[in-house]
Amino acid sequence: MRAMKTPSLFAAVTGVAALPAAADAAELAVSVEIPRLSVAEYHRPYVALWIERPDETAVKTLAVWYDTKLAKGEGATWLKDMRQWWRKAGRSMTLPADGVSGPTKAPGKHQVVFTGAQLSGLAPGQYNLAVEAAREVGGREVVRVPFSWPPKAGARPASAKGASELGAISVSTKP
Amino acid sequence: MSIAIRTAIAAVIALAVAPAAQAHRSWLAPSATVLSGSEPWVTVDGAVSNTLFYPDHVAMRLDGLTAIGPDGAPVQIQNGSTGKYRSTFDLQLKTPGTYKIANASGGMMASYKLGGETKRWRGAAADLAAAIPKDATEVQVSRNSRRVETFVTSGAPSTGALKITGKGLELEPITHPNDLVASEKARFKLLMDGKPAPDVEVEVVLGATRYRSKAPEFKVKTGADGVFEVQWPEPGLYWIEASVRGKDAAGVASNAGYAATFEVLPD
Repeated sequence: MRAMKTPSLFAAVTGVAALPAAADAAELAVSVEIPRLSVAEYHRPYVALWIERPDETAVKTLAVWYDTKLAKGEGATWLKDMRQWWRKAGRSMTLPADGVSGPTKAPGKHQVVFTGAQLSGLAPGQYNLAVEAAREVGGREVVRVPFSWPPKAGARPASAKGASELGAISVSTKP
Repeated sequence: MSIAIRTAIAAVIALAVAPAAQAHRSWLAPSATVLSGSEPWVTVDGAVSNTLFYPDHVAMRLDGLTAIGPDGAPVQIQNGSTGKYRSTFDLQLKTPGTYKIANASGGMMASYKLGGETKRWRGAAADLAAAIPKDATEVQVSRNSRRVETFVTSGAPSTGALKITGKGLELEPITHPNDLVASEKARFKLLMDGKPAPDVEVEVVLGATRYRSKAPEFKVKTGADGVFEVQWPEPGLYWIEASVRGKDAAGVASNAGYAATFEVLPD
C-alpha cells in the first residue's frame, strides 16, 4: 500500500501528473499515399507531416521529405513551396534535422510510426495530423486527419483523402 | 512649349516628385518574397507605369535605391541595370531574415517667374536660396519626399530591417509584410516624419490586371493612430500608395508620398 500512495501524493503536489500521459511505447502511425501521376515531367513531391491544434497552429513537425542529397543543401530552396507548413513551422526550423528530414518518397503507400517517447511533450488533447505535398512542375495539397492524444485503447483509425497531390492519409494510435 | 519638352517635363515630374494625383505608379516587383534554402537570391524590377506590374512607361531610376539587411545595415545591390521601361537588380539574402528594399528620393522644388517666363528648379534644401534669382516673382517652394518599398524574407521573418528613418511618409508594419495570407487581415501604421499620419487615404491595388476587366482596387483610411487595416480580396502581388500634403515645421508646403509592394500568398 505504501507503493500506491507515492504516485497519488506526487499528483497532488504537481497537479499535472493527474492528466494521463502517453507511455513511451504509445504509437502514432501515419500512412501517406503518394499518388502515381501520369504527367510528362514527374518529380517526387516534397512532403511535410506535422501536428496541429484544432485552430491550425503547429505543435510539432514530425517529418519533412525533401531533396536532401543535392549539393550545398540546394534542396532546401523549395521547402517554402510547402506553404502552410513553411509559414506555421518550417521557416523557424533548422534543416536538415535529425529524425525529421528524409529523402523524397516514390509513389505508393508509406507507413511512418512515431512513438510516445518522440511525442513526449505533446499535451493531452485533440489534434490534427497535417500532411502537405508540393511537387516541382506540379501542384500543392494539404490534408488533415484528426486524432486524440494520448491514445485510448481501441481508438479507431481516421483517414482522409487528397484530390491531387496526395492519396489516402490514415492515422492510427495505440496506447 | 513643344510636346517633346512637355513630355520630358512630365516624365521628370513623375519620376522625381510624383504628386499624389499623378496617375503613374512607382513600383518595385520582387521575383519572390518568401524564400528558403541557404543564401537565396531575388531579382527585382523597378518601374513607373499605370498598369501593375507591367513596365510600359519609364524605368525607375536606381539612384536612391537601398537595401537594408536583417541586422539593420545596408546590403549591396548587385547587377543593377536600367532599360527603356524598367530597371532591374539582384539581391542575395546572405543571412536569414527580412530585407527592406527602398527607393527614397526627396528635396526642394521651386517655381518662379522671371521676365514673364515660368521657371522650375529642383535640388537640395541647402542650395535653394542661391538658386532663386533676386528679381524672381511668384516664388513657390515645396519640400518633396517619396519612398517606394518592398520586402523579402529568407527563413523566418525578422524586424531589424523595418525601422523607419523618421523622414517623410513611411510605413511601420504591425503585421509582418512577408507574413501575409489572403485569409488574414493585415495592419500597418503610416507615419509622417516619424509621427502617426491620421486620416490618410491608402489605395490598395492588385497587380496582374491585364487579363481581367476589373482589378480589385480599393481605399482604406488611417485612424487617429495612423493605423490602417487591409483585408486582401485574394492572393496576389499588391501595391499600396498614400500621400500627405501639408506644411512642414518651417511652414513650407510639403508633399510626401509612400508606395509599397506586398505579396499575399494563398493558404
